[in-house]
Amino acid sequence: MTDGLLIEADGLGAVRGERMLFSGIHLTLRPGEALVLRGPNGSGKSTLLRLLAGLSQPSVGEVVRSRPHHWLGHRDGIKPHETPRQHLRHWGRAWGSQKKADEIAGHMGLERPMDVPGRLLSAGQRRRTALGRLLLVDRPIWLLDEPFNALDADGRTLLTELIASHRESGGGIIAALHGDAPFKASREVVL
Amino acid sequence: MRSPSPIRAAFRQALAEAWAGGAGALLPIGFFAGAAMLVPFTVGSEANQLAAIGTGVLWVALALASLVSMERLFQADLEDGTLELWAQEDCPLFLIATAKILAHWTVSGLPLVLLTPLIGITLQVPADQLLPAMLAYGLGGLAFFFWGGVAGALAASVPRGGLLIALLALPLFVPTAIFGALAAEPGAAGPNILFLAASTLFALAVAPFAASAALRLAVD
Repeated sequence: MTDGLLIEADGLGAVRGERMLFSGIHLTLRPGEALVLRGPNGSGKSTLLRLLAGLSQPSVGEVVRSRPHHWLGHRDGIKPHETPRQHLRHWGRAWGSQKKADEIAGHMGLERPMDVPGRLLSAGQRRRTALGRLLLVDRPIWLLDEPFNALDADGRTLLTELIASHRESGGGIIAALHGDAPFKASREVVL
Repeated sequence: MRSPSPIRAAFRQALAEAWAGGAGALLPIGFFAGAAMLVPFTVGSEANQLAAIGTGVLWVALALASLVSMERLFQADLEDGTLELWAQEDCPLFLIATAKILAHWTVSGLPLVLLTPLIGITLQVPADQLLPAMLAYGLGGLAFFFWGGVAGALAASVPRGGLLIALLALPLFVPTAIFGALAAEPGAAGPNILFLAASTLFALAVAPFAASAALRLAVD
């Protein structure tokens, strides 16, 4: 059933409290595609992404992920004591990455704050560190919640390039965004 | 079986975090020593009296000290987003929870056990009892940390959940405390230490799954 589909979600619905957040969401992601989730604040973009990532169970419908995925939530996942170098090494070890954490940090423009603990990093530096995680191991699906938040112009260009090269190499992306997408979206899902 | 590297990484990260938090790892040790030291002042320093209650006092102090920094064990991971990442690993979450509890025990629990003979001496516990009692405290402490880990996972999404952790964990401590106290009594160790070991094994077998279920709820 998965003929080349990275993700297939059918009839997804989510209830928060007494309120129906959304229902009847059907979406598919193929290699090379980038899906953009849109909607006003509180419309359930993050909730939908969490369903797709398997962090929450949908009230109705089902999600089928056929390949491994990377997750970038609105929390960066960096410990207050952890430096970007330590953070990337930690997840590199956990995931059995062959890549060098220092090279990835360099690629993400983190040479200067390489040994600065997380609590002293700026929001943009933390986001760059978290994005560096995506490069540690190849996973075809990227699920990104507001990935451009906190990034400066340089960082936005960098992320746009990462997204483009991920798509070229056959990966797929689902991103919740508000504002203009700096990359060409294959489809938009409006909540 | 997949490679154990996520488990090792979780263990290392938890160790580093314990030491990085401004010596937070030493809090349970300070609490343990402080609580036990108060006893001679409150019940009097008469040797017979102290010797009669010494091992029991150590059990109470150990049980309470094992909960001291449990609040942050999983809550910090939930707040900074690390838990979301662990929850999406192929590696089962109960193994990650076990690694974190064991790391916490290594930093905070093991030193408590190593400290028991020293505090036992000040409480007039007979010298020939100190080492057998230490074995009992080691087994019991491990069970306390695993049950405490379940409570910490349940309270992870509760702000200032420290008291909740105590309310959840202390009833779970009861079997360990009963067999532990019996095992630490002079001359009565034998079967009681086996019952204590059984209660610890039960904790090791059940607590990781309970903690991981609680963490799934917290991350949802």
